[in-house]
Amino acid sequence: MSAGTLVQLSYLIAAALFILGLKRMSSPVTAVSGVRWAGLGMLLATVVTIVFMGASRLDLILVLTAALVGGGLAWVSGKRVAMTDMPQMIALYNGMGGGAAGAIAAVELYRGESPNATHLTIALIGGFIGSVSFSGSLIAFGKLQGLITKSVRFGGQKLVNLAILIATLALGAMIVAQSQAATPVISGFFVLALLLGVAMTLPIGGADMPVVISLYNALTGLAVGFEGFVLDNAAMIIAGTVVGAAGTLLTQLMAKAMNRSLGNVLFANFGETGAAGAGPAGTQKPIEASDAGVMLAFSQKVIVVPGYGMAVAQAQHKVWELCQLLLERGVQVRFAIHPVAGRMPGHMNVLLAEAGVPYELIADLDEINAEFETADVALIIGANDVVNPDARNNRQSPIYGMPILNADKAKNVIVIKRGQGQGFSGIDNALFGLDQTRMLYGDAQSAASQLIHAVKAAG
Amino acid sequence: MIDGVIALYIFMLAAFTGYEVISRVPVILHTPLMSGSNFVHGIVLVGAMVALATADSTLGRVIGSIGVFLAAGNAVGGYVVTERMLRMFVSAGKHKERRP
Repeated sequence: MSAGTLVQLSYLIAAALFILGLKRMSSPVTAVSGVRWAGLGMLLATVVTIVFMGASRLDLILVLTAALVGGGLAWVSGKRVAMTDMPQMIALYNGMGGGAAGAIAAVELYRGESPNATHLTIALIGGFIGSVSFSGSLIAFGKLQGLITKSVRFGGQKLVNLAILIATLALGAMIVAQSQAATPVISGFFVLALLLGVAMTLPIGGADMPVVISLYNALTGLAVGFEGFVLDNAAMIIAGTVVGAAGTLLTQLMAKAMNRSLGNVLFANFGETGAAGAGPAGTQKPIEASDAGVMLAFSQKVIVVPGYGMAVAQAQHKVWELCQLLLERGVQVRFAIHPVAGRMPGHMNVLLAEAGVPYELIADLDEINAEFETADVALIIGANDVVNPDARNNRQSPIYGMPILNADKAKNVIVIKRGQGQGFSGIDNALFGLDQTRMLYGDAQSAASQLIHAVKAAG
Repeated sequence: MIDGVIALYIFMLAAFTGYEVISRVPVILHTPLMSGSNFVHGIVLVGAMVALATADSTLGRVIGSIGVFLAAGNAVGGYVVTERMLRMFVSAGKHKERRP
């Protein structure tokens, strides 16, 4: 068996392991083994490539150094990052993959030995998508990490973006037509593609970022698939395309959970424009933690609605401690998870799982919404838009039509909230002004501690 | 060399596979799965290594090294983060067993 066949076979096995791994990752029971299978495939393909690619000594040193530095930094940062910061880390690593696809295209183009126009075009498309995904993901990372706080918007922005896109495509066409393009033309192509990623992502509000990250994830997959064609690498073609398709589907699912179309996310600048609408109806009525604790302790049924505020305060452990106390008293406790609670679909489930909350206490929107009517208390912890009844009742509201948790149907509502301000989307919440609603001001962590005290004191 | 039409077949079949594999996933796994698929396209690492090894100019070597650096970050970071997230589901499952 020749070295070439051996490499191809290892890629085949790797591709199979990726697909099986993803399949296993789509069920909670087998999920961990899934990522390990995929990891095994990655390791196999990488090692076989290093051994058989026939690199010169200098190139081998370069490859190993770059891989060890990049991999080492990612290892340390990936181990250290807090669970609440996961979304931006995914954005960062995804951007790196897009950048790598762009780099492969650049190496191929600068070498200028493309066998034919098709080959060249595919390299260009992959390089374009990869570059956009790279710079776009970095902006997304910066926004979620709080490095970029402003959403840059100006009149005619879409026209400017369109102009950049057209200029990029024109340069691309020029490169294909010339087949031996000059270095500045190729460089210009990549600079414009990177600029487009920045310009596209800057105006998008933070609330929509998860959908955008998911979209860039799919795009990186596609770019990797295209560069796989260029390099004749079946593992890259299969893995890249599988991720491209899976990522597109995930993006659609996420957008649907927020009742927004993808076009809407990319072009409507949601998030900061929607300050319109009537002022809050009713006044917010505060409650002391001791009273709230008594109310919880003597309830029969409590539904907890956790949101990003709980995640930021790292309060999931305290909240679970509180719920365990209530469970011991015979109170029925359930967690209601909105599809986009936290920052991403499933993010809140990850955090609750971290705290040790058993699955059977966690319910999703469809399951739990009918139960709010029979609940004595709906305890809202740092959630806002996902319980805003305006989404159901107020046609003027920017979030009208978004599926929400019907917390307003509970007999009593306790809202743990840092201050009187608006939520992430900048929209007033009609729930806070209702007669049965009481506001417990404070950070989720300390509020939960106070409630634990109060429930214990209730005897 | 993968023939053009064969390549299209691979592309089509892989796209269907990706769609099918994900289509019946519970919402709780959306974030981990996005992270997992993010890891899988880290396979770009093998391409970046080959591109660097076949580069014939200084510019090519510089860009190739950047490519390998970025790709390794994608693969390793994607794996670490996904594994950490999914391990929590396992510990939550064990909790479940301990509770009567």
